[in-house]
Amino acid sequence: MTTTMTLAKAITSGLDKILESDDKSLLMGEDIGRLGGVYRVTDGLITKHGAHRVIDSPLGEAGIVGTAVGMALRGFSPIVEIQFDGFVFPAFNQITTQLAKMHARSEGRLTAPVVIRIPYGGGIGSIEHHSESPEALFAHTAGLRIITPSNAHDAYWMIQQAAACQDPVIFFEPKRRYWLKGEVDTETPALDAFKAQVVRPGTDATIVAYGPLVPIALATADAALEDGRSIEVIDLRSISPIDFDTITESVQKTGRLIVTHEAPTFGGIGGEIAARITERAFLSLEAPVLRVGGFHMPYPISKVESQYLPDIDKLLEALDRSFAY
Amino acid sequence: MTRAATEATESDLIQILTPDGQRHSHETYDAYLGDVDDQMLRGFYRDMAMTRRFDQEATALQRQGQLALWVPLRGQEAAQIGSGRATRPNDYIFPTYREHGVALTRDVSFSEMLRLFRGISGGGWDPRENNFHMYTMVLAAQMPHAAGYAMAMNMEQHGWDEERRAAEGNAVVAYFGDGSSTEGETHESMVFANSFNAPVVYFCQNNQYAISVPFEVQSKVPLVNRAIGYGMPGVRVDGNDVLAVLAVTRWALEHARSGKGPVLIEAVTYRLGAHTTADDPTKYRMSEEEKQWAPKDPLIRLETYLRENNLVDEAFFEQLSTDADAMAAKVREDAMAFPVPPLAKSFEQVYAEAHPLIQEELAWHLEYEAGFADAAEGEQ
Repeated sequence: MTTTMTLAKAITSGLDKILESDDKSLLMGEDIGRLGGVYRVTDGLITKHGAHRVIDSPLGEAGIVGTAVGMALRGFSPIVEIQFDGFVFPAFNQITTQLAKMHARSEGRLTAPVVIRIPYGGGIGSIEHHSESPEALFAHTAGLRIITPSNAHDAYWMIQQAAACQDPVIFFEPKRRYWLKGEVDTETPALDAFKAQVVRPGTDATIVAYGPLVPIALATADAALEDGRSIEVIDLRSISPIDFDTITESVQKTGRLIVTHEAPTFGGIGGEIAARITERAFLSLEAPVLRVGGFHMPYPISKVESQYLPDIDKLLEALDRSFAY
Repeated sequence: MTRAATEATESDLIQILTPDGQRHSHETYDAYLGDVDDQMLRGFYRDMAMTRRFDQEATALQRQGQLALWVPLRGQEAAQIGSGRATRPNDYIFPTYREHGVALTRDVSFSEMLRLFRGISGGGWDPRENNFHMYTMVLAAQMPHAAGYAMAMNMEQHGWDEERRAAEGNAVVAYFGDGSSTEGETHESMVFANSFNAPVVYFCQNNQYAISVPFEVQSKVPLVNRAIGYGMPGVRVDGNDVLAVLAVTRWALEHARSGKGPVLIEAVTYRLGAHTTADDPTKYRMSEEEKQWAPKDPLIRLETYLRENNLVDEAFFEQLSTDADAMAAKVREDAMAFPVPPLAKSFEQVYAEAHPLIQEELAWHLEYEAGFADAAEGEQ
């Protein structure tokens, strides 16, 4: 059965399913109960499941993640919300030194199946600390898994897959796509949450994108087609681990790769993909792997953010460079 | 400091056993010592003496290059044995990295504890066996875990009446020190625990120093005064008095267990030795101060009490000394015999579920290492 819903509502429905099916699951975060979250992603869930399972927490990110770790140690499966990307840093210690390492430090005796939901990314005209993409900072930490959906169907299923995972998962939600509508098939599960997906086949070059930039990559492929270029678009979906097999296979076919993300290019996920694909598919590459990302600066003031963010033109320009090589 | 600025004062310190071994009655806390008979008193002394002997052996092992680090607790035995003995097996303990005495009360193997310090384990023991969590090296990071763990206990005990909670309910003890009292996570933990009425006993061993920095740099007023700001009861207890610590912790656990929310205990004690084996206390504190604290030693005062009341004879101390030496020898033998796990084992422990990058890197690592084995074989 398919239903049309926004990406935000797909997450709401996914969370609802989790709360229905697992009595050890619970939600916690700032303003997620009565208000339903600042983006209303948890709207209505407190009424249905009660305040003991949809918990309005005190205002403290280290406390939110830290208490979630404690709950997980007691056998619960907390799904916590960090209100905005730029506010995750007070919890950075808990995430990197505690949550990520619990399984390793305990020699595999303890698991910490905590899900951390974080709305991320720019393009919403907001003030500082509300538009960031900190995924690379977490990807560098072993023990964490990081996934991000780009469409409603994936959002519905991937949040449930995150909840079912015994490892801690950071679930990055592309906030500027919250209102993007899509068909959700609530009976046929999405593919493995930690696999990439070819969302548009092509033969001449590959664009890897994730989260908010997948629609832009698809639009770029449309535009490139007018120049007679057939672009394959891969939705990465999982940032840690990265499904290098799917990307390698694509590049062996197309010979060209562009990786794009909103996060700064320097030290970003694109660099990791470029290095790995160079190792795996060196002889297939017709040009160096190119990256289209943010500049090495704090996320800019919103009036000029359009010049900072990757867009169709920047991706087309990168394709031109690749084909001109 | 004006009187108005503080709540607790020296005279508020709960004390049952004075430094010169005199036992006083206390109108509130005697009720929590009703079952303490002569045998239990001897047992507390034995616990403290065994802990001190273990601490001494581990310090020696570190000095001999057999441990990467050791965190001595000498002087804090009463705070740890008294509080640890107040817990029930189903209570869950979040220690710092110095709670070797509490570990003893939870039947955690001393030998197992050295695996962490010998550099062959990231944790050491199984926290689920004795409800005694792994040591946490990042100061105060365990504090929100304690609040969350207790919140989860509350959910399990949802709908229980006070009587049932008192009888069957569980609680958490969160250990921390005067240094980690400053960390933000201590604050957030206390806010969460109070807001959700979570059964946490916050047990601070104020041993007067965070490595080299004296307590007055962490707080200008007794730490227990913070309790009122969070809306929980706070008790300041003589941390070198095993009976006072036992009584106060029993009261606090009863309070928390019965659904009345968290409690803060400040156990005033003194770290007689160094912060860790990498430390040199002569650089930051006067020997005069150490001399002042030496006679307040928790073992001395209980020994005085036991001797003056004829509860022990020389044979007791001789036997204890023999047992402690045997334990130390066993711990040493065990520590030296622990096998070093291969790095390959570490790959398996990063994630609970299969992970392609781990598999890829493990395969590379094994192949690389196997190359050395092949080369060695070729040379032979």
